[in-house]
This record gives sequence, C-alpha cells and structure tokens, in this order.
Amino acid sequence: MTLIAARNISVDYGAHKVLHDVSLAVEPGEIVTVVGPNGSGKTTLLRLLIGAALPTSGQITRKPGLRIGYVPQKLHIDPTLPITVERFLRLPGGTTRAACAIALEHAGVPDLSQRQMSALSGGQFQRVLLARALINKPELLLLDEATQGLDQPGSAAFYLQIEEVRQKTGCAILMISHELHVVMAASDRVICLNGHVCCQGTPEIVSAAPEYRALFGSGTGGALALYRHEHDHSHDETCDLGEEHTHSTSKKKTEAAE
Amino acid sequence: MLDDFMTRAALAGVGVALAAAPLGSFVVWRRMAYFGDATAHAAILGVALSLALQISVFAGAVAVALAMALTVTVLSGRGYAMDTLLGVLAHSALAFGLVAVSFLSGIRIDLMAYLFGDILAVSRGDLAVIWGGAALVVGLIGWRWSALLTSTISAELAHASGIDPKREQLILTLALAITVAVAIKVVGVLLIAAMLIIPAAAARPLSRTPEQMALTAAIIGSGSAVIGLHAAYALDTPAGPTIVCVAAIVFLGTSIFQSLRS
Repeated sequence: MTLIAARNISVDYGAHKVLHDVSLAVEPGEIVTVVGPNGSGKTTLLRLLIGAALPTSGQITRKPGLRIGYVPQKLHIDPTLPITVERFLRLPGGTTRAACAIALEHAGVPDLSQRQMSALSGGQFQRVLLARALINKPELLLLDEATQGLDQPGSAAFYLQIEEVRQKTGCAILMISHELHVVMAASDRVICLNGHVCCQGTPEIVSAAPEYRALFGSGTGGALALYRHEHDHSHDETCDLGEEHTHSTSKKKTEAAE
Repeated sequence: MLDDFMTRAALAGVGVALAAAPLGSFVVWRRMAYFGDATAHAAILGVALSLALQISVFAGAVAVALAMALTVTVLSGRGYAMDTLLGVLAHSALAFGLVAVSFLSGIRIDLMAYLFGDILAVSRGDLAVIWGGAALVVGLIGWRWSALLTSTISAELAHASGIDPKREQLILTLALAITVAVAIKVVGVLLIAAMLIIPAAAARPLSRTPEQMALTAAIIGSGSAVIGLHAAYALDTPAGPTIVCVAAIVFLGTSIFQSLRS
C-alpha cells in the first residue's frame, strides 16, 4: 500500500509558482531521493509532505495512521538552552528512556544520551536528529538535506547509516539532497525536480535523461560514474580533481568530524 | 502578617519572580529580550489610557501590552528587521504614553512610580492581582511546557509532532503581557525586562536541563527580590532598581563560576 502520495499539487507564493503539477508516491521500504537546483521547490515539497504547509491546489493522501519521522535540514539550538540529548529525544513527551536508547543505537551513537546538545559535533548532531526521527518507529522517514555542513566522508557515513536504518527497521525513506554522487548510489528511485518533475526513475535512467543533464550539466552527468570510479578506478578527466581533493583531505576531515 | 508593608513588598517581589522565571527562560532561549522590553515600554501607554478612562491599571496595561505584542508578531517579516520594528514601536509607545500622561492634568500622577515601580506601596489588593497573574502565567507555561519547548527548539520539528508553533508563540505573548502588567507595580516598566532576563541568564551556567534552568531562575529571582528589598531598606535606595542590582550581581557571580570551571 502506498504510504504517501501527492497528486497534481501546485504551490504559489503570489505570482511566483514554486511547484506546479507535481505528482509522486512513496511505497513501503523504498529509498526515494529528490534532487534539484536551488529554488526548485524541494524544501517546499517536503514541508507539504510533513503537513507544515498546504498546497494551493492538488491533494496529498497519507496511509491512515502513517507514522512519519522527520530529519530537518539543520537545526540551531541556542547555546543558552541547556538540554541533554536524552531530554531532547523525549520531547514533546511520552517517550521512554528505553526507546531513546534503542533509537540512539539505530542511529549509530549509543553513548551520547547524557551529553549536552550544544557540545555535539556536526556529525553527532545529525545522528541525534536521525535518532529522534526514529523514535516513534516511522514507516516513512523524511530527510531534508540532512548532511548539510558535514564533510564528504561524514556525509557518506551518514548515508550508509540511513541504508542500515532501512535494513533494520524496513521504513521507507524520502530524502532531499545536493550530493548527487552519494545520493545516486544510495537510492532506489530518483526524482529530479525543478518546479515540476523533470524526470524520475532508477539512478541509471535519471542520470542518462536529457532533462537531468540540462539541469546539472554534462559534467555531473557523470555523477554516477564519480561514485562508481571509487570502486573500479576508471574515470574521465572531469572527475580527477575532485577525487584527489577527497583523498588528500579525507583522513584529516574524518578526525575533525568526530 | 500582611499588615507589614515589608512583608507585602517581599511577597509581591517573589510573586513576580516566580512568574518571570519560566517565562524569562523562554525569552532568553528564543532571543526575545528586546521583544519583552518593547512590550513593557508599551505598557506605560496602557497605564495612561486606564487612568484617563478610569479603569484598572492592570487591565489597561495587559490590553496595550498584548496589542503591542500582537502588532509586532503580525508586522514582523514584512520588510523591516525585527529589531528595527521593535525599536520603532517600543519607543513610539513609550513616547505616546508619556505625552498621554501629561494630558491627565486633573489627576496627580507619580510617573516615577510607573517607570521604576513602587513596591513598598503594594496593597493587599495589588498582592491579589500579582499572585493571581503569576499563578495564571505559571499555570499557562506549565500546561504548554513540552509544546513550547519543542517549538522553541524548531518550528519544523514541532509541526512534525503535530504542534502549531504559532499557537505556542501566542501563548508566550499572552503570558508576557500578563507578566508585564503585574510587574509594573514591583519594578516599573523600565526594569521589567531585567527581571525576565537576568535571573534566567544567571541560572544558565548552573543548569543541565531546561527545567533546571527555569527552577534555578525562580530561586535566583525570588532571592534577589527579598535581599534587594532589605538592602533598599538598609541603604535607603529605590527598591525596584536595588532588586535588579542584586540579580545582576548574582549573574556576575555565576558567569565567573562558569569561566573558572571551563
């Protein structure tokens, strides 16, 4: 049974059309990624799906009683607000300590419960947000550029964690991301958005689609290749610079992230 | 017991401190300090209006403070930065209030009493209003505590948990207007923001959870009120400002404690 479906939704801010005639659906257990340039309406789409905004026209249907977990883009907790990880996870209430411990375990940070939120590193913070989204055992996990501010090894590790979460809990995942090469590798289905759905399908189909190449250029048309070459080391010249850069700094960055 | 003016004054100070502690914590966390200031300054216009219309000062102050807070909420995000908007509205309201007071020549008004408070003149009736208002504020915030805290941390997370952050903001605004109105008699409109912010800020280094911070702020605020009152009596200084001075010294102390610890 489809978990959540949007049918022909449009959103206008005054004369400006943010989204027009967008339809999509998420089935149980699949990982769907929405990619698109800045201003393409990705975040608006996610806000519609969690119910924080209403479409100007069209409708959104959810499976009755659908449990949604949401990992926001980034979250700023004012340093004047003292709060432990466990207290943060238990908001707004009704969550047991045991459930917090399980969620932290699933998110890969089992030892953080008594730490102050303000003392966490970027990577730890995102994992705590992931743990919070996992607490009510969601059937659908929504992530809004959850790796923004993480370095490349940090975000790659985060996406591996997402994959592991899917394997352990079986929840479906809908995420927004800029990081094309990681996303392409981690998704079952990719939706390319630019106000409307340009193209969608498996990562191979989307990265070959002319609409996708028009948006991201032929350089990133090799986004998939960029990921693949890390395994077979056959790559074209446009990828070379990026790879060297990654290799030379990745170790240092990993240490900084932890 | 309530016959003694010092006892009534102490009870009034403690009542205001108890309401100001949880509310002040939210004011600090949400960076609403200037918002609190603006609401308080607007209350002087409420005082002038209620004297002119011969209604209760408390009712007039609540009404104008609430109108002010709602106006700011509605206007924010429409072209002016929040601090500009608050600066314009707060000082305009204060200026109009002071001008309005000058028209009330028929009644002799001690303006200083409203600007800096007149805690030693608190009557039994005032005490009832202060404790009634404080109970209302503490009850309101206690009832919405988790929802307020969630929407303070993130509006989006609140939405995802089925909480409407706009409604929670409205509840805080209401609590702020009530607190301002009950605190006028104790510290006056110019120092209300100090009673909101200083105890909460002083409590920050001593706290590990939001609840601890609100509770510690209540203890610091109440202690400052009682000690400040006795200091004012001994040194023959104005009571409201002396209370704020004691709170500021506590803030200094906990700040030093924090920098020594880290």
